[in-house]
Amino acid sequence: MPAATRARKLKLAVWKFASCDGCQLSLLDCEDELLALAERVRIANFLEASRATVRGPYDLSLVEGSITTPHDAARIQEVRQASRYLVTIGACAAAGGIQALRNFRDVKEFTSIVYATPAYISTLDRSTPIAAHVRVDFELRGCPVNKAQLIEVVSALLNGHSPHTPAHPVCVECKRRGTVCVMVARSVPCLGPITHAGCGAICPAYGRGCYGCFGPSESPNIASLAAQWIAAGATRSAIVRVLRAFNAAAEPFAAASKAYEDDQG
Amino acid sequence: MARSALEDMFRAIQALGYEIVGPTIRDGAIVYAELKGADDLPIGWTDVQGPGSYRLERRADGAVFGFAVGPHSVKKYLLPPSLRLWRATRDSRGAISVEAGTENPRKLAVFGLRSCELHAIAIQDKVLAAGAHPDAHYASQRQHLLLVAVNCMTAGATCFCTSMRTGPRATHGYDLALTELVGERSHEFVIEFGSGTGMRVMEGVPHRVAGDAQIAAAGEVTRRTAAAMGRGLETDGIKELLYANLENSRWDEVASRCLACTNCTMVCPTCFCTSVEDRVELGGSVAERVRMWDSCHTMDFSHLHGGSVRGSIKARYRQWLTHKLASWIDQFGSSGCVGCGRCITWCPAGIDITEEAAAIRATDLRKRRMVAANES
Repeated sequence: MPAATRARKLKLAVWKFASCDGCQLSLLDCEDELLALAERVRIANFLEASRATVRGPYDLSLVEGSITTPHDAARIQEVRQASRYLVTIGACAAAGGIQALRNFRDVKEFTSIVYATPAYISTLDRSTPIAAHVRVDFELRGCPVNKAQLIEVVSALLNGHSPHTPAHPVCVECKRRGTVCVMVARSVPCLGPITHAGCGAICPAYGRGCYGCFGPSESPNIASLAAQWIAAGATRSAIVRVLRAFNAAAEPFAAASKAYEDDQG
Repeated sequence: MARSALEDMFRAIQALGYEIVGPTIRDGAIVYAELKGADDLPIGWTDVQGPGSYRLERRADGAVFGFAVGPHSVKKYLLPPSLRLWRATRDSRGAISVEAGTENPRKLAVFGLRSCELHAIAIQDKVLAAGAHPDAHYASQRQHLLLVAVNCMTAGATCFCTSMRTGPRATHGYDLALTELVGERSHEFVIEFGSGTGMRVMEGVPHRVAGDAQIAAAGEVTRRTAAAMGRGLETDGIKELLYANLENSRWDEVASRCLACTNCTMVCPTCFCTSVEDRVELGGSVAERVRMWDSCHTMDFSHLHGGSVRGSIKARYRQWLTHKLASWIDQFGSSGCVGCGRCITWCPAGIDITEEAAAIRATDLRKRRMVAANES
């Protein structure tokens, strides 16, 4: 990404698709950096922060959420056309989110159970990531995204370097902070060895296993980790459940969860 | 020295201006952290280790050092997991100033480190502090360490220092070395002096000259530990063995279990690989370079133009094991392994370096070639 000129402020837009708004809130959560950000960036569209909007085109669009309706499938095309750079934020935009659990079942069955008048519901069979619809310049992982990484991505664009968001496993961050391995010391099931870093290894630092919020790491050996869990007493259906969370439809997780589901006998 | 004088030893070390770090219990393991006094040590505890498994248990006696090594090592003090190397600031007129990011070295006493770790420090000294381009931070922190070693009274199930000739008895590189003697009616330490600083520490601590019986008992402690060693690694011709077996199918087998999670390298007391990350603050006027622990098990570590040189887990595991046990010898004149067993215990998949080396030896491709040649 080339450096933006210092004279002109970068025009930033934040867009919401099917999501919980948590990643947008991570941007508001950057309290210490917001003033510095406001000096370099003109916030043109960010409904979580202000009703005031400015028309496009935009230098940078941050896109939260997945595509789950025909309306959103059309709207993301408009956002792409109005944006010089399109960066997706969070697990929904990168992998379809928790709502991608529908991808493994029949959506019509769900709508018939949940809604009094299912005919009013206009929804797609699948929840799909933004990259399945338009060209994405950068995907930031996480449920929600890590605010330091979010600032890093914006800063990288402003200052003309590539963002540093390594795809290695959470274990790297865990060991750097000196946390005792919860799997080895307490047999706590942990997705850390197959999960993309970025959160700073929060859960193991508080004695919990990793939930896989940042999705698959660069080369996840899911079969080996699952074998360890099974040896420690986990059932195959438990493995299906842990793989089917915020990143259920991310390809290595989706393929593995299907394999364990089919193989339950 | 009587067990009761251990606290005096802490005070004497602190009086010389040292912060004390050493083994203490945290989150279900014996880690290295700051110690205020002898009571912070894992008194009466031991660890039960196995491949991919670690548990703390109570001991029947009140031994102070009745455990093996935990997940941390002195590496975290000498080669910190994250270290700012420099910070640059651009002022309003565009002038750039650069300040060193390195903090001044701390006067640090490491209490209770083992023989394998002394050997690991010696290896890191060679890698990081010797030669034409010593690592400035490592070298200066190294000058400010006081090392109080403990001779192991117990061998963990994943320990194999006797194979690597790195323990269990500390022979050099310490300021003081302690052997704990836990008897039915007595509890005392035999102390060996390794440096003038070590002697100065003991000037302020009540002790007397050890008798022949105590010296013999101390020797017996490490002899018993050596006999109880959990594992072994055959090192005879290991460099040639591994070089000749780069295409052994065992690498495929271990790669099916390896998580490429990096834990073995992170807990290894000799693994020294790092990467640097440049960070720019939003305003664009402050930048810094930070060095962090990295690992040959990540894709980025061998990323060159066009992609990762070691794209498969097989290639990365093979790189790690052959470097540790073979090419390290060519590069630095010794094995890179000290037999501490941390990589075995802290591997979530329980991969055992001694088992992998033995499997390669059992299926040595050179033997197969000889058999094939004889048959033809």
